[in-house]
Amino acid sequence: MANIKEMASHSQQNPRFGSGHSLCRGCGIPSIVRTVLSSIPGPVAVINATSCLEVATTRYPFTVWKVPWIHVAFENSAAVASGVEAAYHALRARGELSEAMTLVVFAGDGGTYDIGLQALSGALERGQRFIYVCYDNEAYMNTGIQRSSATPFGASTTTSPAGRAAMGKPEPRKNIVEIVASHRIPYVAQAAMSHWQDLSNKVQRAYHAEGPAFINVLSACPPGWGHEPRDAVLVVRLAVDSRYWPLVEVIEGRWRLTYQPAPRIPVVKWLALQGRFRHLFQAGQEESLEKIQAIIDDEWQRVKKRDEESASWFASEEAGLWDRVPSLPESWEPRLGEPMWEHFRKDSKHSNGRVSL
Amino acid sequence: MTPRIFFHNPGKDLSHLRVMTGAQGVAHAMRQIDPDVFPVYPITPQTPIIQTLSQFVADGLCHTHILDVESEHSAMSAAIGAGLAGARAMTATASQGLALMVEIIYLAASLRAPIVIAVGNRALSGPINIHGDHSDAMLARDSGAIQIFAESAEEAYDLTLIATKLAEHQEVLLPVMVGLDGFTITHSAEAVDLLPDSAVKDFVGPYAYPFPLLDEKKGTYGPFSMPDTYFELKYQQIESLQNVLTVFEKVADDFFHLSRRSYQAVETYRLEDAEAALVMMGSHAGTAKEVVDHMRAQGAMVGLVEIRLFRPFPRNAVKEALSRISKIAVLDKASSPGTFPPLFLDVAASIDKMSKLISVIYGLGGRNVSVAGLQDVLEGIVADRFPNNAACYLFGNKVWHMT
Repeated sequence: MANIKEMASHSQQNPRFGSGHSLCRGCGIPSIVRTVLSSIPGPVAVINATSCLEVATTRYPFTVWKVPWIHVAFENSAAVASGVEAAYHALRARGELSEAMTLVVFAGDGGTYDIGLQALSGALERGQRFIYVCYDNEAYMNTGIQRSSATPFGASTTTSPAGRAAMGKPEPRKNIVEIVASHRIPYVAQAAMSHWQDLSNKVQRAYHAEGPAFINVLSACPPGWGHEPRDAVLVVRLAVDSRYWPLVEVIEGRWRLTYQPAPRIPVVKWLALQGRFRHLFQAGQEESLEKIQAIIDDEWQRVKKRDEESASWFASEEAGLWDRVPSLPESWEPRLGEPMWEHFRKDSKHSNGRVSL
Repeated sequence: MTPRIFFHNPGKDLSHLRVMTGAQGVAHAMRQIDPDVFPVYPITPQTPIIQTLSQFVADGLCHTHILDVESEHSAMSAAIGAGLAGARAMTATASQGLALMVEIIYLAASLRAPIVIAVGNRALSGPINIHGDHSDAMLARDSGAIQIFAESAEEAYDLTLIATKLAEHQEVLLPVMVGLDGFTITHSAEAVDLLPDSAVKDFVGPYAYPFPLLDEKKGTYGPFSMPDTYFELKYQQIESLQNVLTVFEKVADDFFHLSRRSYQAVETYRLEDAEAALVMMGSHAGTAKEVVDHMRAQGAMVGLVEIRLFRPFPRNAVKEALSRISKIAVLDKASSPGTFPPLFLDVAASIDKMSKLISVIYGLGGRNVSVAGLQDVLEGIVADRFPNNAACYLFGNKVWHMT
């Protein structure tokens, strides 16, 4: 598994996602994209759905992408990836591409749960090999915070606003991980921007999946969720620790929790940090808060039960194969200069007056 | 040029001809071209194309990866992905499928993806109808894709070959829609003179997209354009479509040297010294030729202008062809409720305003187009029977219009 030093050095020396993007302060997307791309050995091509990521990184004539990158439309990123994958095989067969390549799709929750679900389902059924990363910030943030089917129960958005007669979104969110896992693809996972090592490990398992792999990653959106940009990681961490966002993976149909939050934190702590749930703390909304806790407890029990059911398989030799992933190959050593940690190590060794970490 | 093959022609060797439908002809063209990727979704009357091609692949006659996607929208999206990644991609569709595809055809044109789309032209719902007309193609009229219309099964075969070379020409790089009328061409068996496989492969050449996505250059494809750049990018796209007129001539000329079959953007039929002419495109131009022959034999001075290249619209060629014709009827197999139909508007914008120009809508939803009906159109314009600026309809054997 790649450690943070390897990933950081890769991001610094040979970045795949460069500088100059115009995503908001505190946005989770860039850190997710960097973590994903620096966890994949070998060449990568990116397929992007229309989204915050797309508009904020490719304002013509500029681009932050240092890898082949294509965007066609909102609802079809899995279909475009299917075409690129088919072309990739044709080019490999003809000897026009010497190196193996990983295709990574980035799409938001709107482009995955809603408008892109059909294309995603089709590509999964056909077994097309790519890593599909959904960065889930739980609403249509690019168009101004409209509710999506990923928006949780009770959240106020511009199209499910809280008011005198409404308490925000009245429906619970869609469980995309279960939907994708029902396609019986080799690898499905749910991760969060706060738990970068967990995300990186999952990306590497996805990299080794012989078929489609899907990772749903919770991303903070300060303007959409209504919190301070500096609290982005904290808010997402609390989503995980309150058990609202279980970190799971589904390997060959077996579910397991990759992180056990302890102790149990009531979800109101997470809700209270965010403006989109502020209305739930007014008098008379106790029932909604209880319902949110009930939804979370119910989901957690379901996941926990699945985790226990497949514990013996995960202890088996067969499951062990999924952990035997190689560390980043030689070609991933920084090409220019020296690795960042070497630089700091020298500083501390020689104590030549410069600040060391 | 439409093959005017007479089977009773003594002494003519017809052994090289094969009887097949237009859809089979297109499938044979695709087998010979052997595209790398063929994302497709079934829809009548396109299905015989993909069924035939799938069987060719199953029999090992070509090596295309047929990607059975879950919608036409995804078919076009996957075709763009494959085409830009560096592999030759084609697809086929019709009607509602084309309607679903249109969003992505606009993007294919703007991304300069050279994708050939065989379109079994069919009416649009509603009410739902599976038969032939041109209303589906008109949806993509302003998409930036090239549109060519075939008149017969052999033309559908030929134009698929021409379309491939045209789409991939380095000065073009645009999607091309090859229209073959639903059922009238897709499902009707005719004599088709297939070219040798090797000659076709030499004609279209290997796929050589100049800047493939999967490449060392690590390009960014499909970026976000603000008001400061969008207009200029669109302008480039408009210009690129205009260039097609000259490239089409070159490619058609190359094809003529290969096959001795000649194609023009605008084909004129017995137009010399004609006083009245029909302007139309697609399969019923064949019927119209019979009508013209018949009326000429009776002494009427009539002719036909067949539009084969609909986008880009060959304005100058149309103007030239109709310059000496005083009475013109433009036949549209599509409607544009609230105004005149698309082909009529294009012709009206191209010609001298001195001529008398009548719009006739015909054949919607696969309505039979009879010899008598087309003859009534020609007789009517010769006799000046139709009022100016009235919409005329050919429901049956007689032109109908409001009085």
